[in-house]
Amino acid sequence: MTTKLRAWFDERIPLQDLKEFLAKKHVPLHRGSVWYYFGGVSLFLFIVQVITGILLLLYYKGSEQLAWESIQFIMSKVQFGWLVRSIHTWAANLFVLAVFIHMFSVFFERAYRRPRELTWLTGMVLLFLALGFGFSGYLLPWNELAFFATKVGTDIAGVLPVIGKPLMVFLRGGEEVTGATLSRFFGFHVAVFPGLFTVILSIHLILVQRQGMSEPLGHDTRPNRRVMPFFPNFLLRDLLLWLIVLNILAILAVLFPSELGKKADAFAPAPEGIRPEWYFLFMFQTLKYFPAQVLFMDGEVLGILLFGIAGLLWMLVPFWDRKSSRGEANRWVNYVGLFVVIYILVFTVLGWLP
Amino acid sequence: MIRKKKSQVFNAEGVSLTLGSDATATDGGKRDFLKIVLGGGLVAWIATLMYPLFSYLNPPRQTEVEVSSVKVGPLNDIPRDSGMIVRFGNKPVLLVRTADDQLRAFSAVCTHLDCTVQYKSDLGMIWCACHNGRYDLNGRNVSGPPPRPLEVYRVVMQGDDVHITAAA
Repeated sequence: MTTKLRAWFDERIPLQDLKEFLAKKHVPLHRGSVWYYFGGVSLFLFIVQVITGILLLLYYKGSEQLAWESIQFIMSKVQFGWLVRSIHTWAANLFVLAVFIHMFSVFFERAYRRPRELTWLTGMVLLFLALGFGFSGYLLPWNELAFFATKVGTDIAGVLPVIGKPLMVFLRGGEEVTGATLSRFFGFHVAVFPGLFTVILSIHLILVQRQGMSEPLGHDTRPNRRVMPFFPNFLLRDLLLWLIVLNILAILAVLFPSELGKKADAFAPAPEGIRPEWYFLFMFQTLKYFPAQVLFMDGEVLGILLFGIAGLLWMLVPFWDRKSSRGEANRWVNYVGLFVVIYILVFTVLGWLP
Repeated sequence: MIRKKKSQVFNAEGVSLTLGSDATATDGGKRDFLKIVLGGGLVAWIATLMYPLFSYLNPPRQTEVEVSSVKVGPLNDIPRDSGMIVRFGNKPVLLVRTADDQLRAFSAVCTHLDCTVQYKSDLGMIWCACHNGRYDLNGRNVSGPPPRPLEVYRVVMQGDDVHITAAA
């Protein structure tokens, strides 16, 4: 029966090619092989987000009057609603974490070097989209914290020279953060970003498949080096790790379920302890230290411009690190990477402390 | 084969004089004309698509009722050494009754990043929780990141009632 079925499909779509491709696909083994898993973990968490996101959509109502109430309904009335929402929140956090680990491992292993510049660039776009997912999703419960975090976040966009003001009005759907902002963010979160993400993720994955796994500089490239077949050896390990991540998610969601907080009120003062999601904390904390005026500029404008430039340089690393592309060691990349990791860690902790 | 190539070269260069043929001159003219019409048409077509799209993305201006004054309520309802947020049209205004019994009103929108400020009685200051910005009781930015003082509103007493009006 299965043979017949396979023959039927094979006649229409040549599956033999795929089989041969899978049989030939190998994962190189070396001291950094463990980092290969984080791309897969990110992918798994994205799938979790799509599924739990669709489940939340069944009850969520994206309007100023109903958003907070609908989440309260999900948390208190819908069976296992608290679980679905908590998994969605936790998976979002772990997703960003996994993406960051994936990015830094690629950075330190110089896996962005020629010919994988496009894989790196698409990966960076996926990271920005992941942050966009986080920022837009944060507002959807329409609680006090989210309301003020969004006010601050969109106002930061607004201080950019020239494009800032129109960009802020576009994001907010007006001059202020209102129900119009919620509608827009809801649209970005459930339609625009998932669509873009899926397309760019496909390109990213196709590039990885076409080019094979990157191997560290100076690593043995002889054909008889140590490798592991992708199918089934590596895939099974991947799946086992996914199962472990799913269990971690379940434990976190059960022990630390998401909170809802107080409903947003435009006529209440900003509450104490307001802070963005942890992955924006290092930028938030840096802005706190900038004085009101630096030379002729507002401190925050300078801060944002500096972050913009740093982000751009980071994104363009395959193009300024020519040495790694030539196969030579480049210690500067390590220094830059270490500086960025330490900076993010220190400022995140500082922002986290009360 | 060679002849064909030759004629192509002529055509491509549009050297009508060498050939002395009117037909080729018209050909070149026709081609330029078509380029302009098609190219221009394409640009116009893209513009026709983009104009409504970008106009749609830009949110319409809501007509707001101009508010020049709001009544807060009787003075006795406002404790000393406290602050409250008052709706001024669609803007929040902070009304402060100071410890030495003065009434002051300011825009409650922090000049730093748009958060809503509050009166902190323990500091005797106006404070923004988002980035620890501080203003004195004249609305001047005294510490933290705020770049400008808070906008001042006037407080007017009418009998026992407190009113806030926009500063002229």
